[in-house]
Amino acid sequence: MKKILKYVIVDIVQNKIVLIYTFLLLVISLSVFSLENNSAKGMLSLLNIVLIIVPLICAVFSTIYIYNSGEFIVLLVSQPLKRRTIWLSLFFGLATSLCLAFFIGAGIPILLYHADATGFMMIAMGLCLTVVFVSIAMLAAGLARDKAKGIGLSIMLWMYFSLIFDALALFFLFQFQDYPLEKIMTLMSFLNPIDLGRIQILLQMDISALMGYTGAVFREFFGNSLGISLSFLGLSVWAAMPLLISLRRFKKKDL
Amino acid sequence: MIKANNITKQFGKLRALDEVSVSFQKGECIALLGPNGSGKTTLIKSLLGMVVPDKGDIYFNDKNIAGQWKHRDRIGYMPQIGRYPENMTIAQVIDMMKDIRKKDTAEIDEELIHRFGLPNMMHKKMRALSGGTTQKVSAALAFLFKPDALILDEPTAGLDPLSSEILKQKIIQEKQNGKLILITSHILSELDDMITEVFYMQEGRLLFHKKLSVLKEETGEIKLSKAIASIMSAQLI
Repeated sequence: MKKILKYVIVDIVQNKIVLIYTFLLLVISLSVFSLENNSAKGMLSLLNIVLIIVPLICAVFSTIYIYNSGEFIVLLVSQPLKRRTIWLSLFFGLATSLCLAFFIGAGIPILLYHADATGFMMIAMGLCLTVVFVSIAMLAAGLARDKAKGIGLSIMLWMYFSLIFDALALFFLFQFQDYPLEKIMTLMSFLNPIDLGRIQILLQMDISALMGYTGAVFREFFGNSLGISLSFLGLSVWAAMPLLISLRRFKKKDL
Repeated sequence: MIKANNITKQFGKLRALDEVSVSFQKGECIALLGPNGSGKTTLIKSLLGMVVPDKGDIYFNDKNIAGQWKHRDRIGYMPQIGRYPENMTIAQVIDMMKDIRKKDTAEIDEELIHRFGLPNMMHKKMRALSGGTTQKVSAALAFLFKPDALILDEPTAGLDPLSSEILKQKIIQEKQNGKLILITSHILSELDDMITEVFYMQEGRLLFHKKLSVLKEETGEIKLSKAIASIMSAQLI
């Protein structure tokens, strides 16, 4: 496992796209923080980057990387190695290097300008979402044999989690506005890793006071340590499930 | 050494392997022959575990290989078209393989690397190599770890006459060392002095598996190519 992981990480770190991604994150977060004297405003701008851009880049880059390593995978499968080892090495290699990129690009500026509970939560959620979307990319690449279809699928999944899911939730909310939906909404947020991240960061930011009764319900459920642990548990399930499904498919795949 | 019972593999509507049973023994050099698309490569990939058969079992040294991976340690495989990570140099690919297989230096056979003149181009990236040089790398890797079984998918395709002669000599030498060698090739004339058995497939089925000497006797021909031709034409009638 370690050996293959080493080759995967060395290969990804040499990849220019990851360097550009790190550099871009660094430029964005530094400029966001130096634009205003109030670092809390900078955090709010960074929130959208963490919730929208990071998942997109992770999903698309990972999918493309897996397809491009097709030759490498075929070569390894003919060697005395478990398929499980090969697939998990790819996952951990991608997750480690993209987490590293996020930490250098966004984590360090946050620590420099806003090292409090909000900042730590933002870094933790950025890292979690990175891992979750690498896992989703592995699923997309495992399901589709064709490269274009696989990339399309992972972009669709990203779009679903960042846009369509919220639209559906709003639609659902308006259709049933006569009923008390707060508890159901809390449960529904577990169906979307991006929402889990968003709620946790917003609660740390104290903006939830502006969200009225729903905000209060969210605060009551997610605000305590049990709620925080539950969100991290939810995110871990989101990181593990797609990976395990793709692993099962990869074990039976013809190469 | 390698046994398979009734393996079947379906790709969509195409039946690539249809109830094929094989039994390959040590010290034999077997030619896998058949027209294009007759299932030779699928059979080889099933033996390696790269393709998972729909039905049937495959045994390597009397152990079922389904879901196993350790047996690949004893097999050297040379693919039809070797494809390697493009950004790596020849030296890096060879080092990576050594790292994965983790053998003592005594168990490494670098003869082909030297005879093919690869040490002079160790620093070249895989994407910059010609088809023939890539084939040389594939061949060198297949023989590198002194495996008990060698599976060579069209080994001489794309090699220059000198290199393919070197490879043939190496195959004969390994056969005499008591290893099992499986070769697919469409150039029958070059197989004559290497092989001991013929395994002929057509449309995913095994047509016959015979000793070369028996085959020559039955057809009354001296050359393998003529013997195969006479069987194929007899079938057409």
